[in-house]
Amino acid sequence: SPQVVWDTLGNRQFCSYKITTKTQNFCRNEYNITGLCNRSSCPLANSQYATVREEKGRCYLYMKTIERAAFPRRLWERVLLSKNYEKALEEIDENLIYWPRFIRHKCKQRFTKITQYLIRIRKLTLKRQRKLVPLRRKIERREKRREEKALIAAQLDNAIEKELLERLKQATYGDIYNFPAHAFDKALQQQEAESESESDAEKEGEDEEDVDKREFVEADDSDLSDFEDMDKLETSSEEEEEVEKTTSHSKPKGKTPLKGPARRKRPYIEIEYEEETESTAKTKAA
Amino acid sequence: DVGGPPAPERVLFPPTFSVSEIKNKQRRHFMFLRWKQQQRKEKLAAKKKRRKEREALGDKAPPKPVPKTIENQRVYDETTVDPNDEEVAFDEATDEFAPYFNRQTVPKILITTSDRPRGRTVRFCEQLSSVIPNSHVYYRRGLALKRIIPQCIARDFTDLIVINEDRKIPNGLVLSHLPDGPTAHFRMSSVRLRKEIKRKGKEPTEHVPEVILNNFTTRLGHSIGRMFASLFPHDPQFIGRQVATFHNQRDYIFFRFHRYIFKSEKKVGIQELGPRFTLKLRSLQKGTFDSKFGEYEWIHKRREMDTSRRKFHL
Repeated sequence: SPQVVWDTLGNRQFCSYKITTKTQNFCRNEYNITGLCNRSSCPLANSQYATVREEKGRCYLYMKTIERAAFPRRLWERVLLSKNYEKALEEIDENLIYWPRFIRHKCKQRFTKITQYLIRIRKLTLKRQRKLVPLRRKIERREKRREEKALIAAQLDNAIEKELLERLKQATYGDIYNFPAHAFDKALQQQEAESESESDAEKEGEDEEDVDKREFVEADDSDLSDFEDMDKLETSSEEEEEVEKTTSHSKPKGKTPLKGPARRKRPYIEIEYEEETESTAKTKAA
Repeated sequence: DVGGPPAPERVLFPPTFSVSEIKNKQRRHFMFLRWKQQQRKEKLAAKKKRRKEREALGDKAPPKPVPKTIENQRVYDETTVDPNDEEVAFDEATDEFAPYFNRQTVPKILITTSDRPRGRTVRFCEQLSSVIPNSHVYYRRGLALKRIIPQCIARDFTDLIVINEDRKIPNGLVLSHLPDGPTAHFRMSSVRLRKEIKRKGKEPTEHVPEVILNNFTTRLGHSIGRMFASLFPHDPQFIGRQVATFHNQRDYIFFRFHRYIFKSEKKVGIQELGPRFTLKLRSLQKGTFDSKFGEYEWIHKRREMDTSRRKFHL
């Protein structure tokens, strides 16, 4: 009898459907109507019991009566409920007429909850769903490793620097950058003859050397200078100066602060102050 | 010597059987180690000899053999683009990027994410939009891509970038050229935000950066390269001195954003600002983003394409 069942399973001894937590006891039985382990909600301990369960989106009302307690196969009677919510509630009432209030109430509550979550499922499937793609560990590891190796092989900084220098050479930047004495001297070389290009080549080399070495170079120049060369130096330096002035105005940031004024100084020093310095040097020496 | 299984070492000592025939694992292992050591010794001796010979010859020594790298050994891809290829040039003049390269359209980019982006992704999107000029970030609140695409086209956007997120890090990128352009789907990895990069640079300014595309050799690589190029406006402002680099190496595309300064004619200094990430192409679709009915121009099929270590597709 149900009372005995409850005394043994429910209260004292082991019930395999029972789950205890700190505050509550739950019942894992699939026919349980509330899900808690109570005297009134235990499907084993009540000979007259009813539940609402859903299968594939349709709700059924399951009923259990004393008369069929001896036939476990036929124990639970199943009734399909209509899709219409109100009609289904009426059907529950019809089928569970004269049943205890508690079971009727809980059945209807459960049915309501079920319909609500079915509606939610249908709504969600319409929205976009995340597709979970399983990763394969071996492949992930392989790709990661290959990426690292590729990164090392790429030598990105070098590649970028090379590319930028290439573009500078190709003059994609136009006249923004100052130091391509390269470009100017190339143009000069094209204009003048070969013998003169030698002196220009010397000058190119001098342009690219550091400031420290300039003094030596100046001295050499003064020694080597013929009047012809000095004239040419004058003219070429004048050209350079003019172009320098225009470019220095155009560039917003002083990229080669040293070279601009320093270069302007050089021809003057060579040509104008040469004698003065020499005389002073002589006086000092003396 | 005596016939039977061929012994690899013709030694005069008591004949050793081939190492793989010894049944006892420990002994077999031991023999194998010994054999390995011997190989190594021989190799070392050979190396030494070669070096001595080279030193002895001095200047007359033959040039050092070029070491084999993966790039050297790369399986020749028949779709490699020849710079003078007319067919390629013709194709490029008539494909979807032609209006961009003819300067008829100005790129306008929409950057968005998948649903519910986490902080890292959001920050990454912001930084990306600061790198790409004329780009806007919009949050996606559950909107279907198929529906926002016609809206984007109506508002004159030329490109759409969707950054997919998983477990709080961005891991995928969908780049779609809008008026009916190709859609490329990448897997994104090793994303570094600006604060994680060791540099001391300021933020990227509003100047239009230059674009460097390295190593896109095959037809596929070419079209992807053009896709990247079409994200940036055509005329870079050299005053800004910023450069965005897409470098393809062994099918991995590395993106970097630098500021450069020319210290002299032969030296340039670069300073990294801006986020960095690597992309790996997963698929290229002909039309705009459509996962079901799209016509795929290229998909990465692991079984077929990952068989050889020397074969790359980009």
